[in-house]
Amino acid sequence: MAQLYTRYSAVVYAVALRVLADTAAAEDVLQEIFMQLWRNPGAFDAGRGNLAPWLAVITRNRAVDSLRKRRPQTDILETTLSVEPDLAGDADRGRAMEKVRAALTEMPAAQRSSLEMAYFQGYSHSEISHKTGEPLGTIKTRIRTGLMLLRKAVETR
Amino acid sequence: MSVHEQFADDLALYALGCLEGDERAALEKHLEECASCRRELEQLRGDAALLALSASGPRPPARSQARLMEAIAKEPRGLGSVAKASGARWWAVWGWAAAVAMIVVAAMVWNQNAKLKSSIAELQGLSEQQRFELEHARHVVDTLTAQDVQRVDVMQVGAKQPPPQGKAIYSRQNNGLIFVASNLLPLPAQKAYELWIIPTKGAPIPAGVFKPDAHGGAMVINPPIPAGVEAKAFAITIEPEAGSTTPTMPIVMLGG
Repeated sequence: MAQLYTRYSAVVYAVALRVLADTAAAEDVLQEIFMQLWRNPGAFDAGRGNLAPWLAVITRNRAVDSLRKRRPQTDILETTLSVEPDLAGDADRGRAMEKVRAALTEMPAAQRSSLEMAYFQGYSHSEISHKTGEPLGTIKTRIRTGLMLLRKAVETR
Repeated sequence: MSVHEQFADDLALYALGCLEGDERAALEKHLEECASCRRELEQLRGDAALLALSASGPRPPARSQARLMEAIAKEPRGLGSVAKASGARWWAVWGWAAAVAMIVVAAMVWNQNAKLKSSIAELQGLSEQQRFELEHARHVVDTLTAQDVQRVDVMQVGAKQPPPQGKAIYSRQNNGLIFVASNLLPLPAQKAYELWIIPTKGAPIPAGVFKPDAHGGAMVINPPIPAGVEAKAFAITIEPEAGSTTPTMPIVMLGG
């Protein structure tokens, strides 16, 4: 567990802090995620390689639940990634993230904002539309094309 | 991409968890029936993981690790409170218990099997011995009672024809009696010889009715007699063919 923490705590904490913008709340989520791993050693397969994508997703889900002050929507045991980013090791992950961050920086601010509001703030598409004043269809398309840009950025590295 | 265009945008929102209401319900219904849209959804979830991983920031404070290790120390692994995982662990415990039980049962069966094999080998040995003895005894009886049996008195050369005589071989312990006679005189019609055991105490005991063959030979093998009779002598009388319960005088042959 200590090794898992050393390797993955930064990813988990970063995602939790990105969503919650509160160090104490992020620490709580960090604690909760690793305790879930401790209680459910069969929840992950140590031989599957890089756990970072899966941990990032379950952390995001739990943090958004916390942010929206709602009960956890999904059990981490039920959260799966059947198509994972091809990140064999931490070095690969580091290079891929540089590409993703670059793609986020390069995309139009409104598109990046829509993506981040949806994913890191847990807003529904109608809430985003209401907050931005943009049509629903526009928000939907921005989000989809934004995700496609991230995929393309990693595929062309 | 072979995704249905009308659902393309909604799939992306669904992957990020921000599609709600009727549109979410409609998409979920469509996903049940559309494999290509399910594949694209999985791909989009992978893209969302990239977005999650893009988050960067400071490392967690050192106190977080200390707090985690303290919590772990208080909660042994495998005894958590998550119902789903708890069920899995219990199955694991039962699995070990079942494995141990299987080993114990297997050892017991192996031990019992070894004993049974030993008993079977012992019984097989005994059976083989009994089979050999039975075959030997049957061969003796078959020879003595064969239709072509020849009973010949071998005597000193030049000696006279011997008188009627018989030999009784009796074992009280085995409750067995064999009587072999030769040179018996022919019997009147409807008469037969009868063998008697003369016990040390009590009346004579009938021990079989017999008729001599054309050469005067005869044999009685293990007639029905009471057990444990102490024999003092053996006698032969002439009786009706059906035999008698008491000897009819005179005794024609006697030995003891």
